[in-house]
Amino acid sequence: MEFFQVQFSKADLLVVAPELVLAGFALLILLMSAFIRSERKGFLGYTALVGVIVAFVSLYWEMGIEASAFSDMVRIDPFSLFFKVMILIIVLLTVLISLAYVKREGIDFGEYYVLVFFAAVGMMLMASGANLLIIFLGLEVMSISIYILAGIMRDDVRSVEAAFKYFLLGAFASAFLLYGIALTYASTGTLDLGGIGRILAERTWINGLPILITGLALLIVGFGFKIALVPFHMWTPDVYEGAPTSVTAFMATGVKAAGFAAFVRVFFFALPSLQPYWTEIMWGLAVATMTVGNIIALSQDNIKRMLAYSSIAHAGYILVAFVAGNELGQSSILFYLLAYCFMNLGAFTVVILLGKKGEENTLISDYAGLGFGHPLLAVAMAIFMFSLAGVPPTAGFMAKFYVFSAAVKANYYWLAVIGVLNSAVAAYYYLRVLIYMYFREPEKELTIGGFSPAAVLAVIISVWGVLHIGILPSAFLSLARRSIEFLL
Amino acid sequence: MFSSVPPIYFLIVSAVIFAIGAMGVLVRRNAIVIFMCIEMMLSAVNLTLITASHYLNSLDGVLMVFFVMTVAAAEAAVGLAIFVLLFRGRRTIKVDEINLLKW
Repeated sequence: MEFFQVQFSKADLLVVAPELVLAGFALLILLMSAFIRSERKGFLGYTALVGVIVAFVSLYWEMGIEASAFSDMVRIDPFSLFFKVMILIIVLLTVLISLAYVKREGIDFGEYYVLVFFAAVGMMLMASGANLLIIFLGLEVMSISIYILAGIMRDDVRSVEAAFKYFLLGAFASAFLLYGIALTYASTGTLDLGGIGRILAERTWINGLPILITGLALLIVGFGFKIALVPFHMWTPDVYEGAPTSVTAFMATGVKAAGFAAFVRVFFFALPSLQPYWTEIMWGLAVATMTVGNIIALSQDNIKRMLAYSSIAHAGYILVAFVAGNELGQSSILFYLLAYCFMNLGAFTVVILLGKKGEENTLISDYAGLGFGHPLLAVAMAIFMFSLAGVPPTAGFMAKFYVFSAAVKANYYWLAVIGVLNSAVAAYYYLRVLIYMYFREPEKELTIGGFSPAAVLAVIISVWGVLHIGILPSAFLSLARRSIEFLL
Repeated sequence: MFSSVPPIYFLIVSAVIFAIGAMGVLVRRNAIVIFMCIEMMLSAVNLTLITASHYLNSLDGVLMVFFVMTVAAAEAAVGLAIFVLLFRGRRTIKVDEINLLKW
């Protein structure tokens, strides 16, 4: 038996600095919420905002460092840095849109921000874990926090039902992921991602190949549940619809980003030698995910549910880049996720702004006449919808463009054709929202129930992100390329 | 004492337990029974990890088992709380009666 010498230094702590900051602030908020008077609960949200900003500052120290810490358990490298920045942006926007929303819906417990922070810590660990153990732990820290967040509206049966469904299916999926990890370990003898990669690259004939392939399939199932690939997507629409909208926004972007981060790291870093085995499976999953997501989204009347199916379809597009697997494909995975974050968070923020206590206004027909009543908000929503549909000059268009050109470059012509046809189908349900906003008479008086400067700021940041990435994509693409190239 | 038994037997036993658990999740209707089936799947994984750890002479697997058990405990705490909350609102935890959100 080998024995580990456990040692860690201050340098190790620097590698997990943003995680530590967020966890520290989470504990601080938890402590404060026990003592703060209920009419001053809003203060907790501002503390959370400070926490996110401090975490951003702590990231600044990590720039350009490439190191591993805690006996090769966690790594900081351009890849994890990219995802940490992205996750912090998501947390920042989530906190901004939550400030007024939690008050309006009566869920202004301190625990709300605490759980968001803990979930973010889990996401960051998933992105920076260099060991299957850490990736599993990060996934569970994230998932367990989000199970609670989904059901945080304790008196709303739909919210509790969402939490219930997410919990049962999430735990089921974790068991699959875990079995995949165990079988990978059984056939390679290590949990270290770099170690697995080396062992598989050195051996031409792998002892226990069937076990390894089974493990690979189970890993795909486990990650597929988290990032909502068809046929593992059943929970997505229900949970997205039932959960509080701010939590839905956080889940739709954060969980997906972190899930893809871990997925990419495990498959391109540890298991690239098995690429011939998994490319075919991914091809099928990509086609099924895009097609099913888009086709079911066509018939949705509830905008949260429509966005849920659209998020499934977007996971399918990202998987196209995953299948292509060439340099452009890999960088476009990161590029797509960044673009997706801004446009999706923005769309959910608009949904939040238009809701009121007890009257969520989540039907697409509720948006009738929005373009006349609230022109600025309607323009923002239109930009997000155009971006989701993939219309230039928005981020969504460039993201799709890179993904499909990567597929063409890798000679996956059919995949690119199916993807383009899918985006044509998808345009229908995104543009339907626009038609309601601009060409229909309002059925009822639409007032901005949840107006708050912070949420408006979140909309502005999202619009800026969508347009900036869409108009000047090359800087972001080269950033994505630099972030992923050392993984290979 | 185990060295005379080939590892594949342990792996097969754990695969069978895992499969029974997965079937249980799919066919049972009571949320608590489903959750017990999930716990059974996790135990099957633990058996695989310990087997691999023992035959590969590596500590990683045993270490992982501790974390899996901790996570399972945390999951149980959260899960049972969600079940209680659901039962208060709906007076049932049968999964096929929980259908407010669909299509």
